Amino acid sequence: MEALSTTKQRSRISNSTLLFIIAGIIFFLMYGFALISFPGSFMQFQTFFDLFNFNAALFIVTLGMCIVMIAGGIDISVGAVCGLVTMACAMLLQSGAGNVWEALLLALGIGLAFGLMHGYLIAYLEIQPFIITLAGMFLAQGLLTTLHKDPLNVTKPAFVALRNFTIEIPWLGTVNRLGVFIPCEIKPGVFVVLVLVILYAVLMKWSRFGRNVYAVGGNIQSARMLGINVKKTLFLSYVICGLTAGIGGFVFLMTTGAGNIGNGALFEIKAIAANVMGGILLNGGVGNLLGAPIGTLTLLTINELIRAAGVQSNLQAIVSGLLLYLFIVLQSIVMSLRSGRKFRLTLPPWLKPHRLPEEKEAGNQG
Amino acid sequence: MPRIKAHFDRLSHLFLPLSVLVILIVINLIKGADYFRITMVNGAFYGNIPNILFGASELVILAIGMTLVTAASRGQDISIGEIGAIASAIFVQYVLRAGSAVTLWTILAGFLISCVAGLLIGAFNGTLVSFFRVQPMVATLILFLGGRSIAFIIDGKVSPILANEISNQIGTVIPGVPIQTPIILTAVFIAVVVVVLKTTNLRLYVEAVGINPNAARLNGIDPKKIIFLTFLIMGVCSAVAGFIAVNKAGRHDSVNLLKFIMMDAILAVALGGNSLGGGKFSITGSIIGAYTIEILNRTLLRLEVNPEAIKAFKAVFIIILMVIASPVVRAFVRKVVDKAKTIVAANSVRKTVGLNKAVFFITDSSAGKKEE
Repeated sequence: MEALSTTKQRSRISNSTLLFIIAGIIFFLMYGFALISFPGSFMQFQTFFDLFNFNAALFIVTLGMCIVMIAGGIDISVGAVCGLVTMACAMLLQSGAGNVWEALLLALGIGLAFGLMHGYLIAYLEIQPFIITLAGMFLAQGLLTTLHKDPLNVTKPAFVALRNFTIEIPWLGTVNRLGVFIPCEIKPGVFVVLVLVILYAVLMKWSRFGRNVYAVGGNIQSARMLGINVKKTLFLSYVICGLTAGIGGFVFLMTTGAGNIGNGALFEIKAIAANVMGGILLNGGVGNLLGAPIGTLTLLTINELIRAAGVQSNLQAIVSGLLLYLFIVLQSIVMSLRSGRKFRLTLPPWLKPHRLPEEKEAGNQG
Repeated sequence: MPRIKAHFDRLSHLFLPLSVLVILIVINLIKGADYFRITMVNGAFYGNIPNILFGASELVILAIGMTLVTAASRGQDISIGEIGAIASAIFVQYVLRAGSAVTLWTILAGFLISCVAGLLIGAFNGTLVSFFRVQPMVATLILFLGGRSIAFIIDGKVSPILANEISNQIGTVIPGVPIQTPIILTAVFIAVVVVVLKTTNLRLYVEAVGINPNAARLNGIDPKKIIFLTFLIMGVCSAVAGFIAVNKAGRHDSVNLLKFIMMDAILAVALGGNSLGGGKFSITGSIIGAYTIEILNRTLLRLEVNPEAIKAFKAVFIIILMVIASPVVRAFVRKVVDKAKTIVAANSVRKTVGLNKAVFFITDSSAGKKEE
């Protein structure tokens, strides 16, 4: 919301902010609908906190993907890296060779290694990001299955203590049928999410790196002409994404407590979907970082809603696809209506001339 | 001399996939000299080469469609496996409704219906991409999420079995024909695509739209229509691939049919020397790329790599390949080669004056290369 107040002068809202506001409104509408239709479960604060508790890893991974997407790239290896980290850390802890801190270091190391590899190959050798991160995904999956095939439960006491550690909020909670007050519980992973969201939001909004990322994602040629070090910016964005995926893997392990081949499966697709719902375009240059958690929340709320409605499991996927469809179309219509207006945003010059005939179409669509 | 050079320049994009192919074949030959041996079993050819052609048949068809989509829309369709699953589910249902009396006409009608279904789904994706200007990967994400469930609902149960003689023959081999049927179908499909590309302006339009949609628009080519058309073609390609895959398997497994094949198809497009950012494309390259992937998979199996580690090996292979093919490395190599040439030329100039022409020719050609 603070993004709104800074750009408020002269009623010119940037595309990023507009899409972010739409994402926010949709999330509140969605959650409001959930509250009205299933007051029993959604009225409880615990339900809301559980969205964070059980999906902290997805939130974290989405944040890293968000930066790469704003820079105009894509990283589809995040889910596999996440899974690899859970398994590697589980093995390290279970073999008794390392303590929790060493496992955390291992997680960061794996994430960093993948990030450096992707960043170097994509930024400095100019290879297409999709192919390189696809290779990274295969590599991570291959290493994961080579490490250990079966689910591995961590029984190290120090780690189990960390896994079961919860923070209770004494003044927030529900009273169950027996009249016993149950306080809300928050897992430590949620704090990691919060810290990372704040850190990355500050990074993207007020640091030179953040502005460079927007410039590179918006138009790589003009960014180069402005004297921005395009390669370094791209490189750093992938490194951050890899590192974030590593942290996400560790948080995943903290939530579930077991290394498994299926850990983090389809996270890359979920992260892309969440970012799109949060108003971050795949083309790059557009999007507010706070949209990533909002989009993830929307995605998770939709899933919870479908589960609460008791829809058949096959329809669940179709319904979530349909909602994504509605969302994308809505975004597209808003964007094209906006480009049809007179006082539109200062577009790059190469976009201007061809817009003229399309204004009519945009008007017709609306 | 310049004509031959020009001819080679035109084929230079095939250098990468072909060299990879050669390397893989050499590795296979070192492993066992009988790599090319083909045997006759029950009147049909079997061996490594027919198996590769057989195994890659769906991938080749999908890679062709993916090449067109990538070239025009500058993005990739990630829902191709799901489109194939839905279209083949409709085909299977049509054939099963016909009961026990399945004739060639039933199969053909079912095939056409599934192609129409593929067209419709392609139209859905195409509308989103061209008219709503959604990025292709996001637009096709919708069907990627929901497609398999739609296929399952059409099926009505877990993997209905397609047990009739004609389907079996389409999936394996027709008695009296020495080549497996999927190979023939793929060959026919490639021939149709080649004829279409040779006789129509499709290639020109797609490349124009992919290189610069605004310029294409000013020249009277509607980018929306062309992008929409490529997604329609992609839908048909997916339906054909689904048809082949379901006949090969003999049953319709809505969860695993053509699963994650979009990754391989995109990889095939990239291996074929095509840019994933749109523009000029080479169908030949994509086809060779698709076969290369199949050979790579089979080579890793043949080398008795631990099945768990196959993906990691594949990844390392792809990374090495892309590094060799990357523009930066290529430019560096070219620079080194040019430098070596000038040194050699300068040395020879000292010896004879008559070779001056050669120096001019070399410097000219190197200057020409820089302009490229």
